[in-house]
Amino acid sequence: MPDPLPLPLAPRLSDAVHPPHLSPDYRSTLARAPRQRLLPRPQTLAELTAPVYGEDRLKPLDHDLTRNGVRDGAPQGERIIVTGRVIDDTGRPVRRALVEVWQANAAGRYIHKLDQHDAPIDPNFTGAGRILTDDEGCYRFISIRPGAYPWRNQPNAWRPPHIHFSLFGPQFPTRLVTQMYFPGDPLLKLDPIYNSIPDEDIRRRLISDYDHAVTEPGFGLGYRFDIVLCGGRMTPFENLKL
Amino acid sequence: MSATATASASVSGQTPSQTVGPFFHYGLIFPGENVLHREGAQGQRIIVTGQVFDGDGAPLPDVMLEIWQADAHGRYRHPADPRHADADPHFFGFGRSDTTHADQTFRFETVKPGTVPATEDVSPLAPHLAVHVFGRGLLTHLATRMYFADEAAANATDPVFASLSAAQQKSLLALPQNDADSDVRVYHWDLHLQGDSETLFFHP
Repeated sequence: MPDPLPLPLAPRLSDAVHPPHLSPDYRSTLARAPRQRLLPRPQTLAELTAPVYGEDRLKPLDHDLTRNGVRDGAPQGERIIVTGRVIDDTGRPVRRALVEVWQANAAGRYIHKLDQHDAPIDPNFTGAGRILTDDEGCYRFISIRPGAYPWRNQPNAWRPPHIHFSLFGPQFPTRLVTQMYFPGDPLLKLDPIYNSIPDEDIRRRLISDYDHAVTEPGFGLGYRFDIVLCGGRMTPFENLKL
Repeated sequence: MSATATASASVSGQTPSQTVGPFFHYGLIFPGENVLHREGAQGQRIIVTGQVFDGDGAPLPDVMLEIWQADAHGRYRHPADPRHADADPHFFGFGRSDTTHADQTFRFETVKPGTVPATEDVSPLAPHLAVHVFGRGLLTHLATRMYFADEAAANATDPVFASLSAAQQKSLLALPQNDADSDVRVYHWDLHLQGDSETLFFHP
């Protein structure tokens, strides 16, 4: 049997940027971080491609978390507008990319059977939304500023207010899940998840900017959060032996 | 100050990863996202199911798996695949499942992917799923692949699979659970994040 031909390798997330799998201050990593060395990811058609989404997957109010979960009134809390650009690390906009967001309500409570924090559930807020980026890579959604909530990682542990983001880049290896934090938050320096990113300047990329140009008069405060994905390296196979 | 001017000032370098946390379900898990085929899809219907274990051997109740695969003829529904215009229109290729059910299992209903043809640079790719693993305690998601134990000949010449040790290969193999002639073939694949049976993971 002939030896298989060697493989080109896919672009990878940078070790200098992304948190290590084993980050002991975040206790859940202890039994979950792989202990074997990770192998370089090959670059085959599985890595050169990724799911393609369209408008048909979104509902009209998916971008407005203050309306998409309403039962009998407006959700409680401070209304916010969050916007930004999604680009890759070569500077190209990531067009028509699905951005998914989820978050706690204004009281710091998730709708989840395992969330035992005794803050109130907001009957008019589910805290989940989906947006497609436009041709410039821009996304925008409306929400409620999430509250801090306690967790059991260490004594007196509180997660800083944050919004979870899920993004699909142009290729399967450019997938990213991250969290957006708010400027000036005193809890950030105490948070093991935020601080799992070794470099302080790189950590700060997760803090949104207050942006008065995004703020809407009489409506809500604006935050800008730009996201840079690992760059896709397009070398489509044009020479398939069929 | 325009919004655009603000944007260019703050963008520099990749955005770091963070965990999906324990409470991702209502934001990421939608009914039917674990079913990849639609009415009329071509190929052998299969179900892939299993559990994800931590280093203490406990099955994890708060993990999400995503799979990405070719259709039954080895075609990806994406412009980078030169055969994508012929990709099965009833097959999306992407699926997502959590492990939060009572039995902590994930489950995908899909079709068996075809072999991806060779190129000048790369040998034919054995049928496989590209897999991402997300969960509480995973600050950066994990990447792996699932191969089929009943595709031994194709696996032996797959450039990724053939390059791995026997233990690594075993960790990627899904085992058929029922007769090959059944309408829906069931495969079982467990993942181990740590330990003697640790699954092979690629750098994401």
